[in-house]
Amino acid sequence: MPDRTRTGTGTRRPVERGLGWLRLPLIGAFGFLYLPIAVLVVMSFNASSIPFVWTGFSLQWYPTLASNPQVLQGLLNTLVVAVAATVGATILGTLLAVGLARYTRSVLLEAYSLAPAIIPDLVLAIGLLILFTSIGLTLSLFSVVLAHIVFGMAFVAAVVTARIGQTDPSLEEASRDLGATGPTTFLRITVPSLAPAIIAGALLVFTLSLDEFVIAFFTDGPRTPTLPIVIYSMVRFGVTPEINALGALLLLVSFTVVLAAQRITRLTDAL
Amino acid sequence: MTSMAATPLIRIRGVGKRYGSVTALADVSLDIHHNEFFALLGPSGCGKTTLLRAIAGFEDPDEGSITLTTGDTQPADAGEVDLLALPPNRRPVNLMFQSYALFPHMTVSANIAYGLEREGLARSEIARRVADVLVTVDLQDKASARPRQLSGGQRQRVALARAIVKRPKVLLLDEPLSALDRRVRADMQVELKRLQHEVGITFVVVTHDQEEAMSMADRIAVMEHGRISQIADPVTLYQRPVSAAVADFIGMSTIIPGQAAVDGFTALGERLPAAPSGVIGPALLVIRPEDVRLHADDPTDAAMGSLSGTVLATHFFGGTSTTTVTVAGLGRPVLATQIGPPAHRIGAVVRVGWPAERAIVLPDTP
Ligand SMILES: Nc1ncnc2c1ncn2[C@@H]1O[C@H](COP(=O)(O)OP(=O)(O)O)[C@@H](O)[C@H]1O
Ligand SMILES: [Mg+2]
Repeated sequence: MPDRTRTGTGTRRPVERGLGWLRLPLIGAFGFLYLPIAVLVVMSFNASSIPFVWTGFSLQWYPTLASNPQVLQGLLNTLVVAVAATVGATILGTLLAVGLARYTRSVLLEAYSLAPAIIPDLVLAIGLLILFTSIGLTLSLFSVVLAHIVFGMAFVAAVVTARIGQTDPSLEEASRDLGATGPTTFLRITVPSLAPAIIAGALLVFTLSLDEFVIAFFTDGPRTPTLPIVIYSMVRFGVTPEINALGALLLLVSFTVVLAAQRITRLTDAL
Repeated sequence: MTSMAATPLIRIRGVGKRYGSVTALADVSLDIHHNEFFALLGPSGCGKTTLLRAIAGFEDPDEGSITLTTGDTQPADAGEVDLLALPPNRRPVNLMFQSYALFPHMTVSANIAYGLEREGLARSEIARRVADVLVTVDLQDKASARPRQLSGGQRQRVALARAIVKRPKVLLLDEPLSALDRRVRADMQVELKRLQHEVGITFVVVTHDQEEAMSMADRIAVMEHGRISQIADPVTLYQRPVSAAVADFIGMSTIIPGQAAVDGFTALGERLPAAPSGVIGPALLVIRPEDVRLHADDPTDAAMGSLSGTVLATHFFGGTSTTTVTVAGLGRPVLATQIGPPAHRIGAVVRVGWPAERAIVLPDTP
């Protein structure tokens, strides 16, 4: 098999020398990207309870956060939704991608399958709300999970489809040729050869679900708010350092998951 | 060993396959015998892979039948199985893919064991057979390597081991050597032939390289545009091609269009040496370079033919040399091979002739 260019940071482009002034826009763009985040993280260590005035360093907001039952319940709800949606979206998205690759040559169908990842959240949210109420489904964490699976599986399908395009289609045929049934081939050959993409897709869905607000807001029941909804209701009474601390923690989780995704895909790729 | 007379191992009859407007296979019929090294030879796109995949079960022919003789080589207890009715995983044949299709997430021994595990064999039996086949292909020290860590030749041997360890009735090989560089390829030709003898499995090899087919195969089917042009052993194919296309594809040749009559062959207004062939009317005369004789032009020399030409180029290969002669009126130059250095200088005028019995006269059907 020919060597493929691998994803990740395996190969580095040569760094451009000279033209130093071009670095200015680069620095500017990065500043624009990360300044708000930096402000949030810094302010989460602010001693003052007035969120815009720095009075000194303090860790007090983190313990405060941990003792806020509303936040803890929201966090629990969000984790339940994220885990369930990740499992569902990963399984369905993988099956969707494999099915699309195997049984159709329709580019249109492929585009449609990815649509939930692209269409505006608001449209998807309203559509799901109408669907759920018209079939008499009580809004709860369960309906949020269903909603997150809908857009999550589109992301998984997109990532896995890209990977299928790079794998040798004769691997599955070789497995059949050696006497394996269809299901055995799927579990022993198809899934392992797509594993890096499946894992990457799963982690992507997990991070997306973790801070998803619009769809959850429309499809959640009133008694089981997810963390973003809890934060939203807290922010309505003003941004407190407590919320900054919560934001910093969410950031930490997201970064960790993204780094883990990179690590794992590179690890399985190397096998 | 040679009970090939009675029942063929694989019987292919009237197989056709179309992809939209492309006819990949048209009315293909052939027999493959027990323990035979059979080659499918033809230019790229002539349908070789399609035929192989139809035997393995990855293409459904539009028409025709493919059957396999079960039981032993004894005609008495031979039964026939309709291969087309079986899914690929239940056909007693194995295909070695052009890309080798080694499972990248498994070690070499796991790749080889995969097919045996599917048969539900005992672990100890699997381990023993994997170890044995690793010795056969000389890869004992690579058992726990991953495919990506192997060279092209080593991957090819793993793919081969993975297929033969199943002890199939027939091993189908799609361009098994095309991914290898020239030197390794020559070694592997010898190696494949040795292996086929050793394991006693019928091999069907697809190739577009006529030298490869000639040097390895017991019999060759030459294919063109989805059809079989000729099936014969290499010597017959070379000496008695049924069409100019086959003659042109197998080895070097000079082809001269002309008219055949009961008493001989005429081209360019001259009688050319040719044995009676039974062909009457528009015909092609095919002559191999090693049969062509060149004589210094002497008008009084009436021996052999009466074509004359000018030496265009000479090539000396050490043991043999080839002289290229342009003959006025012929589209392509005449090639002559002889032992030793070239006997004529560039620009010399020479007479071109050949023994009549070496000339092949074929009907010129457009
Ligand atoms: N899956 C397919 N879809 C459409 N055309 C195909 C397909 N497979 C093969 N063909 C066509 O059938 C013809 C024979 O192909 P193939 O058997 O691969 O030739 P070979 O192996 O001799 O090079 C070619 O013209 C090829 O383009
Ligand atoms: Mg081919």
